[in-house]
Amino acid sequence: MTVEPLGRATRSRYAAVYDPKLRSIFYQSILLAILAWLAFEFALNAKANLQAQNIATGFGFFDNTAGFGVNQSLIAYQESDSYGRVFLVGLLNTLLVSALGIALATVIGFLVGIGRLSGNWLIARLAGGYVELIRNLPLLFQILFWYLAVLGALPPPRAAMSVFDEIFLSNRGIVVPRPLFAEGAGVVLAVLAAGIAATIALCFWARRRQEKTGRQFPVGRTAAGLILGLPLIALAATGFPIGFESPQLRGFNFVGGITMIPEFVALLIALSTYTAAFIAEIVRAGILAVPRGQSEAAYSLGLKPGRSMRLVVIPQAMRVIIPPLTSQFLNLTKNSSLAVGIGYPDLFAVFAGTTLNQTGQAIEILAITMAVYLFISLVTSLLMNWYNARLQLAER
Amino acid sequence: MKSVMCRLAFAAIIALTAQAASAQTLKTVKERGTLICGVSQGLPGFSNPDDKGNWTGLDVDLCRAIAAAIFNDAKKVKFTPLSAKDRFTALQSGEIDVLSRNSTWTSSRDSSLGLNFAAVSYYDGQGFMVRKSLKLNSALELTGASVCTQTGTTTELNLADFFRAHKMKYEVIAFATADETVKAYDGGRCDVFTSDVSQLYAEKLKLTNANDHAILPEVISKEPLGPVVRHGDDQWFDIVKWTHYAMINAEELGVSTKTLDEALKSAKPDVKRLVGTEGNYGEQLGLTKDWVVRIIKQVGNYGETFDRNVGPGSRLGIARGLNNLWNNGGIQYAPPIR
Repeated sequence: MTVEPLGRATRSRYAAVYDPKLRSIFYQSILLAILAWLAFEFALNAKANLQAQNIATGFGFFDNTAGFGVNQSLIAYQESDSYGRVFLVGLLNTLLVSALGIALATVIGFLVGIGRLSGNWLIARLAGGYVELIRNLPLLFQILFWYLAVLGALPPPRAAMSVFDEIFLSNRGIVVPRPLFAEGAGVVLAVLAAGIAATIALCFWARRRQEKTGRQFPVGRTAAGLILGLPLIALAATGFPIGFESPQLRGFNFVGGITMIPEFVALLIALSTYTAAFIAEIVRAGILAVPRGQSEAAYSLGLKPGRSMRLVVIPQAMRVIIPPLTSQFLNLTKNSSLAVGIGYPDLFAVFAGTTLNQTGQAIEILAITMAVYLFISLVTSLLMNWYNARLQLAER
Repeated sequence: MKSVMCRLAFAAIIALTAQAASAQTLKTVKERGTLICGVSQGLPGFSNPDDKGNWTGLDVDLCRAIAAAIFNDAKKVKFTPLSAKDRFTALQSGEIDVLSRNSTWTSSRDSSLGLNFAAVSYYDGQGFMVRKSLKLNSALELTGASVCTQTGTTTELNLADFFRAHKMKYEVIAFATADETVKAYDGGRCDVFTSDVSQLYAEKLKLTNANDHAILPEVISKEPLGPVVRHGDDQWFDIVKWTHYAMINAEELGVSTKTLDEALKSAKPDVKRLVGTEGNYGEQLGLTKDWVVRIIKQVGNYGETFDRNVGPGSRLGIARGLNNLWNNGGIQYAPPIR
């Protein structure tokens, strides 16, 4: 009675040493402890060294005056604003070029990808040529090409090219008229918003009705009426409160209107065309992944090529397209930091560049910049994964 | 288990080495056998590779002088070209021993960056360059202009101050390197290129048609340029500072490459102290008695390097002006060696 439990105990102790599960937990917790200790040691060491060298630390610099100008800002910014404001300005500029770049790249990429599979010899070859040319040249080179060779070659402001004397193209950028909203403009904008909302609701309703009853609804014409017609009526009713401020050449540059600086335009074109070449290949792969029988079946049901592509092939291809497409969106966002090469004031240029240089707080600023890019990327991934999951659910 | 041991060893090495790399710059430099000096990416007159790939310029000569004082060989310098944006980080991280790259001495750089400015090797000020075809006479006529500048410089800040103070609008386009800035100005992206005046003269040489451009008369800031070292190594700070002062003192006492042999025989007490025939002032700095002789023989005094790099003897042809000796109408003044 007394011997047996003792024996079992020794046996179990003996067994614990050789239990693979326990052993692996033991080793991994040691490894984890060492990693934690390493990180702690690095942080401590960095802090001690910074203190020894009398380098400022902490995040107090966010409230200090920046003192430098930025040539593109989505929010009000002046030189006497703080580094915190500079951070926001840079972040918004990064988000702006990334969001527009993603939208443009997706559109161009889908068009080129589908074009490459077109039965039309010329379209297919042109699309193929585009992909092979663009994706095989370095991105920085393309940014510099657009900036220096294309936009830089435009005439100076005094000899600017103009479209109806309203839109001006010069080496200082593209200037377009700025809409001016007088009293009553709010009503027009509200009507426009309501029209868009109604159109979206209509699309859902029409689709559901078609799925249920098979009857189609003329969505296109109704939407045009809702989005264009209603605001026009509102515009007339309120006595045309929306005017335009035309840009005018005064002194060195154009005054008035909205200026798109060449740095922004060059970066946007380069990022979207470059990423579009990769997206085109992803789209082509996605479409080719749908068995040929699917489109043949669609044709035999009497669907025209355009419809069978839109209703049968693309929805199935999307399941293959979405995951690699996500990577391309992430790449575009991260590549936007190449803006530093042409002086576009993105997050990397004004915050991890100028602000870092002036405050000297490399560790804090690089950590924040890293966290921001990581955050943007993770949010993008999250949205795309959610969309992907929704598409996957549709699989039967 | 083996990998765990590896990690431990690695951690130990990291922790130990990181703590050992503190002061002791002179010792590190001597052990390495070369001085690593941070310079610009190519600024004629200050630090610029010539057609044979040798670095030349006023800033470069200061590094050579330090190397001459330490090794008796002005060639034992490795030059690291740095952009304005990266220069201080490179010094903070220990990548370079001394930064001699037309850097402006300001209070915040001196205090919060963990750096020390050792001396002023060139008194400069900020100016504006424009195309002659614009027919401008003053910087006050620049309302609404597009201005190209280099990011991470005091220039960028003075520019903002100037336009703010005069309530003038402007558009700034800030580039990461000097070359990009000049290229953009040359291409017509901006109406104005702003920088330290000396740099305007230097960059003007790179423009397609240098004669189409003029420098406006206004000098809008004080730009004392000088060598920078890391905070916390007083001996090294002294060596860099006194290398510059030795070159000034040598000019003041008339000791140059040509007159060095006479100076060694001189009976004048201040010359004897300078060239080390009396006293042990070099040894007090951690160098040798003949440290100044080494500097003068291999590099020359301040006046000689100024002349050959930025002065009348160079393509820049900048007058001595503020950089003349104090007893000659300028403000270059060195404490005595004694």
